[in-house]
Amino acid sequence: MSTTVDEMSRRTGAMSSAELAGERESRATVGDVTVANPRMVCRGVDVWYGAKQAIKGVSLDIGKNEVVSMIGPSGCGKSTFLRCLNRMNDTIDGCRVTGSIQLDGRDIYDKGLDPVPLRAQVGMVFQKPNPFPKSIYENVAYGPRIHGLTNNKAELDELVSASLQKAGLWNEVKDRLDQPGTGLSGGQQQRLCIARTIAVSPEVILMDEPCSALDPIATAIIEELIDELRANYSIAIVTHSMQQAARVSQRTAYFHLGDLIEVGETNQIFTNPKHRLTEDYITGRFG
Amino acid sequence: MHSSTLLIVLLGLMAFAYHFGRKRAISTAGGVARISTLHSLPAYYGLYAALWAGIPALLLMGLWIGFQNEILISIVKSELPPAILDGMSSGQIGLVVNDIKNLASGAIVSGAVTPEMQAAADRYTQLDHIARWAMWLAVLALAVGGMAYAWAKTKPTMRARNRVETIFMVILVIFSSIAILTTLGIILSVLFESLRFFQSVSPLDFFFGTLWSPQTALRADQVGASGAFGAVPLFTGTLMVSAIAMLVAVPIGLMSAIYLSEYAPRNVRAYAKPTLEVLAGVPTVVYGFFAALTVAPVIRELGMSMGLNVASESALAAGLVMGIMIIPFVSSLSEDVINAVPQAMRDGSYALGATQSETIRRVIIPAALPGIVGGILLAVSRAIGETMIVVMAAGLAANMTANPLDSVTTVTVQIVTLLTGDQEFDSPKTMAAFALGLTLFVVTLTLNVIALQIVRKYREQYE
Repeated sequence: MSTTVDEMSRRTGAMSSAELAGERESRATVGDVTVANPRMVCRGVDVWYGAKQAIKGVSLDIGKNEVVSMIGPSGCGKSTFLRCLNRMNDTIDGCRVTGSIQLDGRDIYDKGLDPVPLRAQVGMVFQKPNPFPKSIYENVAYGPRIHGLTNNKAELDELVSASLQKAGLWNEVKDRLDQPGTGLSGGQQQRLCIARTIAVSPEVILMDEPCSALDPIATAIIEELIDELRANYSIAIVTHSMQQAARVSQRTAYFHLGDLIEVGETNQIFTNPKHRLTEDYITGRFG
Repeated sequence: MHSSTLLIVLLGLMAFAYHFGRKRAISTAGGVARISTLHSLPAYYGLYAALWAGIPALLLMGLWIGFQNEILISIVKSELPPAILDGMSSGQIGLVVNDIKNLASGAIVSGAVTPEMQAAADRYTQLDHIARWAMWLAVLALAVGGMAYAWAKTKPTMRARNRVETIFMVILVIFSSIAILTTLGIILSVLFESLRFFQSVSPLDFFFGTLWSPQTALRADQVGASGAFGAVPLFTGTLMVSAIAMLVAVPIGLMSAIYLSEYAPRNVRAYAKPTLEVLAGVPTVVYGFFAALTVAPVIRELGMSMGLNVASESALAAGLVMGIMIIPFVSSLSEDVINAVPQAMRDGSYALGATQSETIRRVIIPAALPGIVGGILLAVSRAIGETMIVVMAAGLAANMTANPLDSVTTVTVQIVTLLTGDQEFDSPKTMAAFALGLTLFVVTLTLNVIALQIVRKYREQYE
C-alpha cells in the first residue's frame, strides 16, 4: 500500500504530539459501556506499570452469555485490561491497578478477596497454547484436583471427559488420554487449554489472542467452539484479527493508547463506527 | 646464535612478507586505482604471504629443536669405540651419554674423563655447532621459499581471503587437538599403569577384596607388610562420605534454588545469589581445615555428650563440610533449569487458580525434574572426586562400616597417601594409585555422561 502525503497528515492529525507522548487525560468512551445483565462490571480502571500508565479510566461491562471482543493496535492496552479481569497482573512486578472491577457484584480488587480462587472463576486461555508437560488427562484434571472438585476417580474421569467434550477435543484424544499434552498439534493444544479452563467451571473465560499461533483451519474450529461456549460462559477475547472479532463476538470494544475509544454492537462497530479513530483502524488506515 | 634470535628474525621476515605480499597484490592488479579487480582486500594477500613465510619455517624450527639432540647423540654414540659400551645396560649407556653432554657443556662429570670421552664430547660440540648453522639456513630458506611461493601465487583471481580463512581454521584445529590429545594421553597413561598393576594384583582381589593394607615390603627381610589391595572399604567409604554430602547439599541447594528463582524479590536475589556463589569460590583446602579443626571436634563433643563413641576424624564431619561445599553447585544448576521452565507454564497454572506453592510442586518441579536430577548427578561426581576435605577430615583407616561416626577413608585419600613422599615407581603399592584413579575416572565420567544426557534431553523439550 503506498502512503500518500494526504494520508500521512491524517495519521499525524489523528495523534497529536501530546498523545504520542502519552501525557493526556483519558477520553470519554463513545457508545454504551453497560449491558442489561452484566457478569463483570468495570468502572474507571487505571493500570500503571511503574510510572507509565497503560490503561486510562476504562469502563466496560461483560454480559452473561455474550462474547466481547477487544481490538486495537499493538500496545493499546487490550491485553493488559484483559489480565486485570482475573488479577493475572498481580504476578507482574510494579503493576498497579485502581478503579473498580466487580464480578457478580463483588469487587475483585477488594483487600479481603483472595485472587487465587478468583482465577478459578475467571479462567484464561493464552496466546500460545501452554499445556503442562503432563498427560492429556492430567492437564485437564489439574484444576479439579487442586480445588478438590471431585470426590473420587470416577467423578474425576467424568469431569475430564465432559470438559474435553465441551472443548470439542474428546473424539480426537479419547483413546490416548495418557499421552503427553505437548504431543498434540497446536490447535488441539489450544483446545486442551480451553478444556483445562472449563474443567474448573469458571463463570468468565478470558482469551488473549487464542488463535494467533494457529493455522486457519484450527482457528475456524476454535471460533466455532467459542460460539458454542457462549451458551454457558461469558467470554472476553482479545484479537488482532478484525474478521475474527466480527465472526465470534456480539459486542466489540476498540482500544487506543490505553483508552477505550468506542464500544458497541459488533455489527455497528464494523459497519458504522462513530469515532474517527475506530473508523481509521477498521478501514486499515493505521494499526 | 641462539634460536630465540632466529625466532625474532623470522617474525621480522613475516612482517616483511606481509608488506611485500600486499604490494605485490596491488601491482598485479595494476595499481591502487584497480584494487577492486582483486578477489580480496590487499591485506589478505599480505597475510597470506606472511603465513606462508612464517608457519612452515616455524614448524621446521620446532621439529629441529625437538629432534636435534637425539640425532646428535646417536651419531656420537655410533662413533664411540665399541669397547666402551660393551656389555653395558641401557641405564649405564644413558649415564655415559649424560657424561659426554656434561663434558661438552662444561658441567660436572660423574667419573674420570677418558680421552675417548673427551673426543666424543668435542665431536658433540662440533656437531652441535654445525647443526645450529644448518637450522638457521634451513629455516630461513624455507621462510624465503614460502614467501616466493606466495609471490608466485598472488594474482587478482587468487582467493586470498578464503585461503587465509582455511589456514586459520587449520591452526585452530591444531590447538584444540593439543587439548584433546593431552586428555587422551592422561587416560592412556593411567590405563597402562593400571594394567601393570593388575598383572601383579588380580582385578578380582582389587574390586571385591575387603582388606586394604597397601604397605608392601621394600626389602625381602621386612616383616608385617604383606600388602593387601581389596578396594571395597575405599569404595564404601567414598560412598558414605558422598551420600552424607548429598544429604546436606540436595535439600539445601534445591530449596534455596526454588526460593531464589520463584519467591525472592529482585533485590534479595541480587545479593543472595552472589553470596551463595561465594561458597563455590572458597578453596577446598580451607573447607578441609574447617572440617578437621572446627566441625569434627564439635561433632565429637556432641557425640560424647550423648554417650556416643565418635572418631575424631569421622565420615560425618567430612561429609557435612563437603555437602556445604556442593550447595552452590546444586543450587545454581537447579536454578538454571527452574528458570528454563517457560513463564507460560506458571501463567497457565495461576490462571487455573493454583497458588504459588501448588504451581511449584505440581508443574515447575515435575517439568524441571530431569534437569535437576542431571544437576545432582554432576554434583555427585564432584563429591566422589573431591580430595582435600577428605584428606584432612576423613582419616586413613580403611574401615568397612555403616556408622557415619566412625573414621573411613576414600579412594582419593588413598591415592594421595600412596603417591606422596618417596616412592618406588614399580611396586604394586604405587601402581595401585593408578588403578584407583582409573576407577574414579570411569565412575565420574559415567555419571557426567548420564547427567549431561539427561540435561540435554530436558532442554530439547522446550525448544
